[in-house]
Amino acid sequence: MQLHRRDFFKVMGATGITLALGKELKAAPDAISKNEFHGILYDSSRCTGCRGCEYDCSEANNLPEPIPSKEIKGPRKTDETRRTVVNEYNTSKGKVYSKFQCMHCNQPACGSACLTQAMTKTEEGPVIWRADKCMGCRYCMVSCPFDIPKFEYHSANPKIEKCTMCFDTRVQKGELPACVENCPNEALTFGTRRELIHEARRRIYEKPDVYVDQIYGEHEAGGTCWLYISPVPFKEIGLNTSIQKASYPELTKGFLYSVPSVFVLVPALLLGIQQATSKDKPANTSNHE
Amino acid sequence: MNSSRIISADNDGKHIWRFIFSELKPKGKWLTPFNIISIPIILLGIVLIVIRFWKGIGAVTNLSQEIPWGLWIGFDVVTGVAFAGGAYVITFMVYILNMKKYHSIVRVTVLNGFLAYLFYAGALLLDLGRPWNVINPIIGNNFGVSSVLFLVAWHFLLYMIAQLIEFSPAIAEWLGAKRAHKILSGMTLAAVIFGITLSMLHQSGLGALYLMAKEKIHPLWYSEFIPIMFFVSSIFAGLSMVIFEGSISHKVFSDQISDKDHKAQRGIVHGLAKICTGTMFVYFFLQLLVFIHQKHWGLINTPMGYWYLLEMIGFVFLPMVLFFYSYRSNNLFLIRLAAILTMLGVVLNRLNVTIIGFRWDMAIRYVPSWMEIVVTLTVLFTEIWIFRWVINRLPVLRESTSFAKVKE
Repeated sequence: MQLHRRDFFKVMGATGITLALGKELKAAPDAISKNEFHGILYDSSRCTGCRGCEYDCSEANNLPEPIPSKEIKGPRKTDETRRTVVNEYNTSKGKVYSKFQCMHCNQPACGSACLTQAMTKTEEGPVIWRADKCMGCRYCMVSCPFDIPKFEYHSANPKIEKCTMCFDTRVQKGELPACVENCPNEALTFGTRRELIHEARRRIYEKPDVYVDQIYGEHEAGGTCWLYISPVPFKEIGLNTSIQKASYPELTKGFLYSVPSVFVLVPALLLGIQQATSKDKPANTSNHE
Repeated sequence: MNSSRIISADNDGKHIWRFIFSELKPKGKWLTPFNIISIPIILLGIVLIVIRFWKGIGAVTNLSQEIPWGLWIGFDVVTGVAFAGGAYVITFMVYILNMKKYHSIVRVTVLNGFLAYLFYAGALLLDLGRPWNVINPIIGNNFGVSSVLFLVAWHFLLYMIAQLIEFSPAIAEWLGAKRAHKILSGMTLAAVIFGITLSMLHQSGLGALYLMAKEKIHPLWYSEFIPIMFFVSSIFAGLSMVIFEGSISHKVFSDQISDKDHKAQRGIVHGLAKICTGTMFVYFFLQLLVFIHQKHWGLINTPMGYWYLLEMIGFVFLPMVLFFYSYRSNNLFLIRLAAILTMLGVVLNRLNVTIIGFRWDMAIRYVPSWMEIVVTLTVLFTEIWIFRWVINRLPVLRESTSFAKVKE
């Protein structure tokens, strides 16, 4: 096959572009930080459903005051005006409470979905949202298996509302998250994730008749920083038990890993086919236009 | 200034800006049925868009915290881009496989693809809550490289540039710029190769967007093979659109099309029907394999199961057989019918993944508001307006200007 000077430059140009972009589009998830993640252990056997944490949360995050308990009918969800809710459930062991908020996954789906890293996992553990980066595409909401990020649909300058574990306002200064600090029954414990799992196991071993022998969040969605122990199966207190054990970003890894190879192999293949199919023409008219 | 004088010298001595200005004026009749329907809808759509930016997305859409993506993403972007797939398939056939037969439809297909990306991806801006930050992934605030949407966003941008380069010789001919025409024509092959690669990745990427919504999509539509399904179906979606658009263009713009191209149309449609049959068979077979491997027999005897069967048999298998039969019997009418059925099937499939099968288990289902539909129609009609404007002025369906033809 005769390769003209011009064709050669075309090939080199196409290869160059491909290599340059191939690098940029490489999509490996960031290496997990060597620092230990921090999290919160929620013990639903200790929670009395006082909803004090709801009030503390809205005060700490400048959100409207929660609705009074007598107006509550049935389990609620978090929304753009409340980052956490405590629900009451009638279970096989009587009334049990459960607190809902962001689970702060070890490998968050929202963070891997975000194309601007507005939603990001900090090295300390909390998953936070940054207004100056977010374009409001709501892909984090599509991806989150726990349905946590909430969007202000009725605002011209909408924000995403979700629990940040008080990262910016308190945790970075060495204070406890608002809900943990004010919990009167010590149902909430803040610490490194490793310590919390030890603590949860200790409680389960010491009182095997009180707890279900499982820590929700230890393996769910590849592990979360928010951990639950409960006297009843987690399904009975409204936790989503169909969550997969592997992390959610894992689901797109295969596709994203194929991108660089497609970018290198396909243009070369196309150019090869193009050269092969135009071969039957006389060499001096091998211009393609 | 100097370059504009050179261009104007090429263009019968007319000044370039005066020429463009004169081209902006409408040509032909005003009160056509299409105009009478589209103008009020576009005006209403503009009002709704103003309300959307003033009062927020919730003021015009039925989106909720559980269903954050509705018609504007599921139809405008995901379905619209699938139909724009014709551009990469046709450029592959003409420039890579050197199938000269299809050369006369390259320009109109690329124009269609370019406008589809411009408008449907542009419609994405309406859906963004904070559109002023849309350049963040481009300028690096920040590069979210682990995101499928990051890949799709970059690819939309790059592919639009590639398509513009593929189409640019027509613009150069229109402006009478000989030298620019020569340079731009020389860039075609590189743009085509780059464009096909980008298309493969973002057509499948649109499917990969939904991979993390594993428990949210009905199991009959969710599998790890969504990206491959989206890519394969974009081939026949795009070609069906080419057949459909061609049959309309040959009626509406018949004065633009030479007798030679008019006669060639039959052979082109025939060839495309053949390719559609092949790719639809592959697609149907892949779907069947996924269905059997996932062992979803139990789900078939449910309402969603019947819906799945309707899509697979009524809008994939049936048009596939129809394509096969009609190209064997060389029946142009049946080919067009098959193309329309195929297009409906692709719409159905994309909506099933993105809207109908998304959160199928919720008590309150998402149904688009009339305002979302009007805005979607506004986008669609505006695109057709621009398409018509370009066809009537640039050498798209028409033969190339004399200086451009010498080279071929």
